Formats: sequence, C-alpha cells, structure tokens
Amino acid sequence: MENKEPLFSAKIKKTFLEPLNINNPITIQILGICSALAVTVKFKPALVMAISVVVVTGFSNLIIALLRNTIPMRIRIIVQLTVIATLVIIVDQILKAFVYDVSKQLSVFVGLIITNCIVMGRLEAFAMANKPWPSFVDGIANGLGYGIILIIVAFFREILGNGTILNEKIIPDFLYNAGYLNNGLVILPPMALIFIGIIIWVQRGVLIKKK
Amino acid sequence: MEEILNIFLKAAFIENMALAFFLGMCSFLAVSNTVKTSMGLGIAVTFVLIFTTPLNFLINYYFLKPGALTWISDSLKDIDLSYLSFLIFIATIATAVQIVEMVVEKSFPSLYNSLGIFLPLIAVNCAILGASLFMQEREYSSLSQVIPFSLGSGIGWLLAIVSLAAIREKITYSNIPEPLKGPGIAFITTGLLAIAFMSFMGIQL
Repeated sequence: MENKEPLFSAKIKKTFLEPLNINNPITIQILGICSALAVTVKFKPALVMAISVVVVTGFSNLIIALLRNTIPMRIRIIVQLTVIATLVIIVDQILKAFVYDVSKQLSVFVGLIITNCIVMGRLEAFAMANKPWPSFVDGIANGLGYGIILIIVAFFREILGNGTILNEKIIPDFLYNAGYLNNGLVILPPMALIFIGIIIWVQRGVLIKKK
Repeated sequence: MEEILNIFLKAAFIENMALAFFLGMCSFLAVSNTVKTSMGLGIAVTFVLIFTTPLNFLINYYFLKPGALTWISDSLKDIDLSYLSFLIFIATIATAVQIVEMVVEKSFPSLYNSLGIFLPLIAVNCAILGASLFMQEREYSSLSQVIPFSLGSGIGWLLAIVSLAAIREKITYSNIPEPLKGPGIAFITTGLLAIAFMSFMGIQL
C-alpha cells in the first residue's frame, strides 16, 4: 500500500483529539446515550463498558473502512450491523469468560453496544469515506470520548452514592461520625441524566467563553 | 388475564424503557422537539416493537435457546446457539424496519415525510433491541407474556417521548443560561421526568 501520509500526521492528531473534547460524542454530538447511563452507578462496570466500546468502535471502523468500496449502498446498514454485532458477540464472550461478575452486572447493555449510535454514526460519517488507518484512530478516539464521560459520571456517582471508588472506601470515617451521609438519590438512574446535563453545561460554558 | 395486565403495566410504567433504562435515548432527545413528530415516531417504534419482539421470542424459543433444537431431532439437544442471539435479533429488527419503512412510504406518505431520517434509524433504536434482550434475559415462557410486554414497552416509550416533547415545547420560551440551552436542559428535564416516573416503583403488582 502506498501510504504517503506519515503515521502520526497533524491530521491524524486532530482526528484523535477532537472527539475527546470539542466534538465529544456524548456531550456535543448527543450520540450513544442509550447504554451510557444505566452502567454508571459503579466505577468498575463503567470502566469495563468504556473499554468494550473503544474496542468495538475501533475495530468496526477499521473493518468497514477496509470493506468500504465493496459494500453496496442499499444494504450498507445491514452489512454494518452484521460487522458490529459480530464484534459485540466476541466482546461479550470475552467478558463472560474473564470478568463474569461485571458481565452479569452489565446484563443486556453489552448487547446494546450494537445499537449504540456512536458506532453506527462513526461508520456512516467517517469509515465509509476514509482510509483504514484514520478510521481506526477515529473509532478509538470516539470510543475514548464516550469512555471519559462514562468514567466521570461513574466516579461522581460512586463517590457520592457509596463513598467508595472501585469498592475502596474513600470518604474517611470521621466525616460519617460528623453526620455525613451517602446520597442515596445519586444511585438512582435519573441522576445520571442530570450529571450529564451538568457536564454539558460546564463544557459548553467553557467552549463559549473560549470563542 | 391478570398476569397479562400486570406485565403490560409493569413494562409501560414501572420499568419504562426510556425513563427507567434509558433506552432509545438518541432519537428520544433528537426528535422530542415537537409533540406531533414525537407522536409519529412513538407510534412507529411501538409498531416495530410489537412486531419484532414476539418474532425474536419465537426464534429464540425454537432455535437459539440451549436445547431448543430438540423439536428437530433428539441428537441436537446439546447445542446452545444463544451466543448468536445478538446477530439474529438485530437482523430481524433491521428487516422489520425496512418493511415498515416501505409500507409507511407507500400508504402514509405524509407521516413518512415528517419522520424523515428517523424512520430507518429505528433499526438502531436501543429500545427495540433492548426489549428483545430483556425478553431473552427474563426468560418469558410464552407468547401471552411476550406480547403484552412488548406492547407495554412501546406504549411506555411513546408516553415518555410525548411528555418530554410537550415540556420542551414550553421550555423554548423560558430564559435558560446560554450553555445549558438545547441538549443540556433536555437532559436535566429528562432526569426530572424520570424521577417523577420513579414514583411508580413502589407499586407491587
């Protein structure tokens, strides 16, 4: 393959950095919220979920970019879904084999990576029109952009809701003795939405100020 | 009869697809600007749901479950194809959406135009695949449980998106901080709506 572009050109760097902040899939593009929220009660499932999504977005982008010239336009959605579903099955089997307890906690949400709009959205918007290497970078970066938000939300929900991180106690005992209580409301699913709303608020506020 | 009603109410309110599990959020937040289009989308989603979930149930029951193939021959009873379920379920859904799209385009052109891109996108609406996966995980044992479950999930999703759309129509006239406009406030509204829906949680059926 005659690829004149260096492996880490400025363009690739931009492709990689944009989804992490100014074009974040969750807060700016509003994609992939579906499975994002229910898994953020605890830090560990969120971490596992984030890694799974990075793997799926990266490799589905790579595969579709390799196939992009042979896929007929009319049936591309079914082709894309087949590729995604196969990758998700692989991820699901690996999770079941190595981290069974987390895989049980995530339950249907691993399967729901298939319908995660980020994966489909990146395939449509990027991988169908770009070379494999930039597509792979784009996929990984979007997965990471998704993962970051997931981890931020899970961090706050676990520390406020349970006073722990990865099941390690973080909030010291004297605070509890002084009358500090874990906030039960934060564990409830709706709070995830409100947290993301606040993240969007902060992020857009910073971005608007920069302009 | 009572069991059917219970499953329906549970799926529609207590375990609402949109507000308790956050499924179908992408189109939920994107289309909920006006009541009219969100109603159309809600109906389309409900329709696809009541069509695909029972179909996937039958496929799961007769082909994919561990030991499901015994009706062909006894020697196949050790085969467990359930790892294929994601692939098969999404294929059923994509096909069903394609059919619905063609039917709507032919018979209801006005609805087709108002839904636009979101009709094909129902294929990747997590609420639909989610319903199929929940159906598999909760091990419903007959169609008389699956049909009310899928109908309830659809109606619940419809109610949720229409109520959010109604609130958002009003919010456009409010004075919201600049960075919070649009998606930010939609998230927070959905969160509050979900907290309200949680009041159904204590109900024992």
